[in-house]
Amino acid sequence: MQPILETKKLSHVYSAGTPFERGALLDVDFTAYPGEYLGIIGHTGSGKSTLIQHLNGLLKPTGGQVFFQGEDIWASPAATRQTRFQVGLVFQYPEYQLFEETVYKDIAFGPRNMGLEEGEIDRRVRQAAGFVGLREEQLEKSPFELSGGQKRRVAIAGVIAMEPKVLILDEPTAGLDPVGVESILGNIRDYHQAHNATIILVSHSMEEVARTVDRLVVVNDGVIPYQGTPSEVFRHGPELEAMGLGVPQMTRVFNRLRAMGVDVGRSVYTIQQAKQAVLDAMAGKGAE
Amino acid sequence: MALKDITLGQYFPGNSLLHQLDPRTKLIAVTLYIVSLFLAYRFVTYGLLFLLLALAVRISRVPLKSLVGGMKPVVFILVFTALINLFYTPGETVLLKVWVLTVTLEGVLSAFFMVARILMLIAGTFLLTYTTSPILLTDGMESLLGPLKAVHVPVHELSMMMSIALRFIPTLIEETDKIMSAQRARGADFESGGLIRRAKAMVPLLVPLFISAFRRADELAVAMECRCYHGGEGRTRMRRLQYQGRDWMVLGLMAVVTVLVGVLGRMGW
Repeated sequence: MQPILETKKLSHVYSAGTPFERGALLDVDFTAYPGEYLGIIGHTGSGKSTLIQHLNGLLKPTGGQVFFQGEDIWASPAATRQTRFQVGLVFQYPEYQLFEETVYKDIAFGPRNMGLEEGEIDRRVRQAAGFVGLREEQLEKSPFELSGGQKRRVAIAGVIAMEPKVLILDEPTAGLDPVGVESILGNIRDYHQAHNATIILVSHSMEEVARTVDRLVVVNDGVIPYQGTPSEVFRHGPELEAMGLGVPQMTRVFNRLRAMGVDVGRSVYTIQQAKQAVLDAMAGKGAE
Repeated sequence: MALKDITLGQYFPGNSLLHQLDPRTKLIAVTLYIVSLFLAYRFVTYGLLFLLLALAVRISRVPLKSLVGGMKPVVFILVFTALINLFYTPGETVLLKVWVLTVTLEGVLSAFFMVARILMLIAGTFLLTYTTSPILLTDGMESLLGPLKAVHVPVHELSMMMSIALRFIPTLIEETDKIMSAQRARGADFESGGLIRRAKAMVPLLVPLFISAFRRADELAVAMECRCYHGGEGRTRMRRLQYQGRDWMVLGLMAVVTVLVGVLGRMGW
């Protein structure tokens, strides 16, 4: 399958040629396939934010290339601009970027920059608002009257309204309560299914990515040491822990149980799987 | 475009004698140095001050390149001053006469000394900001302006405002960078178009920036109040400024140099 987004030997050095020079990415080969739900995980300063800003052309690589649907995004200014519309990026704490008088206008900012006609903008704004669960009457309110969680929904809707083929979200659930986390993750899943879009979820919470993504990419010190399905990645428990990432709590409990000699399955990282594994183990014991 | 690359404040961390001096000493010394520059008259006095400057630069270990680099913005003023002095100084020894422009020996000397004065003045003040962190500088100013409290000048409040402003410059730059990226991701265009289009394009940047600045100010005020901040009255300090032996030596040296330059200058040297 042709990747929708791909980087080849992507490197980025900040403040090159000054005493403050530091490398953030080093020869990174990253791929995202159409329609997949991908997780990027790494602790603060690992280079994950730098990586995603390359994926929609906000940062220019100091080495290597970035391809969107097989085309170099820096080949021409038009290609770069197109990529910014096709690859939507929701930054961390996006609620701080709201500026318009009404929620409606703020969500319409992106589509309007794309040069769409009024009717299409209206359709997209209402649809995007629907995805994130904003009510009709909230559209005419000032975004600054809303609560923190609702502001974030507005900001996410602002990117969704551009109907990007790839939607990248940098820690979309940071600072939300558990109910808010669930509902935002649900909204993202809805968009994923409705548009068959590629989703890239950046997080530092293993729990969160473990139960949402199909494939996981670990970023550490500017390189990608591991990638694969969550269960493949979680096999590197000790190494992940050394990077300050760790594995989900459930996986840790079960790894420990196995170390103590209990016969339980390997790929356990959610409570449901844990329940099943415990039941299986008990059934096994009962049979003896 | 990375706003982060812009260096703000020119403080060069270091551990030289100049870095260790009390900020008040440095402030007074620079003031005396500037006064002497205006008392200086001819080669001997300027030479003396130049030697002093060269010695200070040497001790500070500030790279000469960055010192020279800082001079770039004043090149225009320098050239302008030099030309004015060159052509409009009346004198007896005429060196060159083209049309209405007359160049006299006095003019050449006067242009030379004027340029030297400006360059040395800038280098001297740069040296102060290169070797003193902005926080220490505000502390020093607060302490030096202390006597003004007697006439109800809110010295402490002013210096607190200055420290806070300095503290938040990098934060706001980072914030600007972030908001710009976020709006660019939504197709905002900050670089092209005419003046009016560009001004309009700033709205999506400035509104969030102002809101976040107010929010930060509010949070900071609450945090300060939570820790019982109530102004300068009876407040103790973590860094207490204390004159050391070397401070007195430097101040003494500067006083001697100023007097010497004053006297020699008067004598026409």
